[in-house]
Amino acid sequence: MQRFADLLDGLVTMPSRNGKLRLIEDYLAHAPDPDRGYGLAALTGELDLGTAKPKAIRELAEARCDPVLFYLSYDYVGDLAETLALMWQGPEDTPEDPPPLWEVIDTLMAAPRTRIPELLAGWLDRLDATGRWALLKLITSGLRVGVSGRLARTAFAGWAGLPLNDVEEAWPCVQPPYEPLFAWAAGGPKPEVRDMPAFRPFMLANPLEETDMPALDPADYAVEWKWDGIRVQVARRFGETRIFARSGDDITHAFPDVVEAADFDGALDGELLVMDASGEPAPFNHLQQRLNRKTVSAAMLRKYPAFVRAYDLLQDGPEDLREHPFRHRRKRLEALFGTPRDRFDLSPLIPLNDWSRMAELRDEARARGMEGLMLKRWDSVYVPGRPKGPWFKWKRDPLTVDAVLLYAQRGHGKRSSFYSDYTFGVWRDDELVPVGKAYFGFTDEELRQIDRWVRANTTDRFGPVRAVTPGLVFEVAFDSVHPSPRHKSGLAMRFPRISRIRWDKPHAEADRLETLLKLVEAAPAADGG
Amino acid sequence: MHPRDWITVTRQGIYIEPGDFHIDPLRPVPRAVVTHGHADHARPGHGATLATPETLAIMAARNGGSLDGADALPYGETRRIGDVSVRLVPAGHVLGAAQIVMEYGGARVVVSGDYKRRPDPTCAGFEVVPCDVFVTEATFALPVFRHPDDGHEIAKLLDSLRLFPDRAHLVGAYALGKAQRVIALLRKAGYDRPIWLHGALQNLVDLYQAHGVDLGETRPATGAAKADMKGEIVMAPPAALQDRWSRRLPDPVTAVASGWMRVRGRARQKGVELPLILSDHADWDELTTTIQEVQAGEIWVTHGREDALVHFAKTKGLHAEALYIEGYEEDPADATGGGG
Ligand SMILES: [Zn+2]
Ligand SMILES: [Zn+2]
Repeated sequence: MQRFADLLDGLVTMPSRNGKLRLIEDYLAHAPDPDRGYGLAALTGELDLGTAKPKAIRELAEARCDPVLFYLSYDYVGDLAETLALMWQGPEDTPEDPPPLWEVIDTLMAAPRTRIPELLAGWLDRLDATGRWALLKLITSGLRVGVSGRLARTAFAGWAGLPLNDVEEAWPCVQPPYEPLFAWAAGGPKPEVRDMPAFRPFMLANPLEETDMPALDPADYAVEWKWDGIRVQVARRFGETRIFARSGDDITHAFPDVVEAADFDGALDGELLVMDASGEPAPFNHLQQRLNRKTVSAAMLRKYPAFVRAYDLLQDGPEDLREHPFRHRRKRLEALFGTPRDRFDLSPLIPLNDWSRMAELRDEARARGMEGLMLKRWDSVYVPGRPKGPWFKWKRDPLTVDAVLLYAQRGHGKRSSFYSDYTFGVWRDDELVPVGKAYFGFTDEELRQIDRWVRANTTDRFGPVRAVTPGLVFEVAFDSVHPSPRHKSGLAMRFPRISRIRWDKPHAEADRLETLLKLVEAAPAADGG
Repeated sequence: MHPRDWITVTRQGIYIEPGDFHIDPLRPVPRAVVTHGHADHARPGHGATLATPETLAIMAARNGGSLDGADALPYGETRRIGDVSVRLVPAGHVLGAAQIVMEYGGARVVVSGDYKRRPDPTCAGFEVVPCDVFVTEATFALPVFRHPDDGHEIAKLLDSLRLFPDRAHLVGAYALGKAQRVIALLRKAGYDRPIWLHGALQNLVDLYQAHGVDLGETRPATGAAKADMKGEIVMAPPAALQDRWSRRLPDPVTAVASGWMRVRGRARQKGVELPLILSDHADWDELTTTIQEVQAGEIWVTHGREDALVHFAKTKGLHAEALYIEGYEEDPADATGGGG
């Protein structure tokens, strides 16, 4: 526990990423097992020990400290856990050794809530001020030392001398205190994702630039539609199914319909979509209704049934396919999903081998409800990250409207002194209604010009926001537009960005709301969500 | 006569009527008795200043080399001022720091000045003087302030040097007392590399060495090559940490040696990466022990967080009251003069 406490104590004042990495690496090098595994898990929030509430700490303080002194101290320190940690007085006679972290965690996991105060008091008696602080932070889930899972895994990889991608892949295969990871670091076998319904890092595509094309032979590439859903990985082993989003987040709970239907064995890469009445993929807005929900109602499941359109197979039964070329993986995928299963079907290949035909098809993407095209080299193995060359995405051209600047907001970080976030509107009758918000992606010089314009045309201020006289027109590019009851205009844009400043255009000539309404794709029935 | 009748608090500070002198006066007075050299206690411009020779040397060094009206009284010797007999006893705070022991009208009053109880290789240790009235400081008079062992804090600094061998370690410490103590503790821990100093520290480091405190080799940081300070310890007054001055250092780890570093929020708020809890003031345990050991009938509490210590004293059945004097540094962490 003491080493873990010292680590936390160091992290809490260490601002730099490299400094944090160094401290964690040093902890891993010196802390005993199984403490160091628990320590890592505690840092990244993978242990659920939030068993004590501030009330419990306050009660403990009142039982063990002079209340006048406690509240004078609390008033000065401003943090309940730290106040108690600093003023706690252990027994006069030599205390027992500090408890190891594993003892604290194992005991807490098993203990009934009513025993917690007594356990805490016992440990507090055995720890020094830093140890007491760490313990109290640990059990109130208030570590907040700025260590993400990614940072902890990076530190582990750095310390163990293992490739970060391998560590990322092995991590979900093990549970705290991660004994197999430490065994691996010591020269043992890598914990195998093969036997787990666990996340495998995604392989990502680069945008296809016109300048790339001459160097590429279309015959080397398989072509498919880029579906307008969200990319997922569905892993199923020994009857347990998990669905992971691009970030690696586990979103299994949000899609019980997909989970229930899954009956394959392996791991696939595909697009999560919602089907319309005819069984075809519905516009993105329908899928949106299913995302970011804590609970999924039966009505939701009926109204927006989800399915997965598979386009790659990472594992087939016990066999990891990622080292095989795409051509091979595709064959195996077709064997598995060639005949559609309930909630799972196959993303078809488009037989194409010249650029002009491909460009025509990309122009049709919007009409077909697709985001564009995907190109994958037939010989590409599946590797994590975004290697340049094997995979490309060729997205449809964005839509654009000319809109009028209404509000400007100061940016963040380097841009905090500039008005760099803009809310813009279009005409409805003779009034401008806001339709979106975007920040500027152009040169510093243009940013300065807009900033100057905003300051000169301010009509009102609300904190970091300024309202401006209508006058400046932006060409706004966006991927699509959808009905939204949350916005006054009734519309919401997807991926809006300012593509051009139209200094030349009189604001009276900006676009009208009707123009935007015509661009709305088939919308789901309103449900207030 | 009860001491309350001959000791008063004026705008200038504590006034001893039968001796016609002030203790640590805040403004110029004809006759001052000064506990120690920190700027908020030892202000210049008095007609006469009685203090230990070390304190007078510190005041003179601050004052450009000389001090008018200096009146030296070594530890342990007695001097009559008016009707009061005055003796200076080590306070353990910084070099030359003294408690002022006064006897008058059959009563003995001790004004502690700033003090600490733990051993400090750079100055004489605190002596307990039983008395009738004990006037105690209260800078860290909250039970959250329990300074850890100083060896532990120095180990933290050395450990950080091991972890970040390419970064300079810039330690903010007060020019008087703290800087020399940190250096002495580093030497005690076996650190024998030269220690690089900000110009503002040089004077008093030299003065300590001249008084027989061995601090090993120091070098001026100003003008040194950036690369030479990689992995080295550089010391500067706290005010210089965020200064442009620190840009000359290679990717410094910012440390501050102060009792205030006990509270993490304070360290973070000040942008300190490596807080070293090293204080020249008594912590809560030292304060509460001391006010019991002096066996005084009355404890007067001043200079800090009076309310908590007065409350504690009362729970122990001691007679205690706060003595409010405006003007000493409440929060020396923000000042250059006092000592956290
Ligand atoms: Zn002071
Ligand atoms: Zn002082």
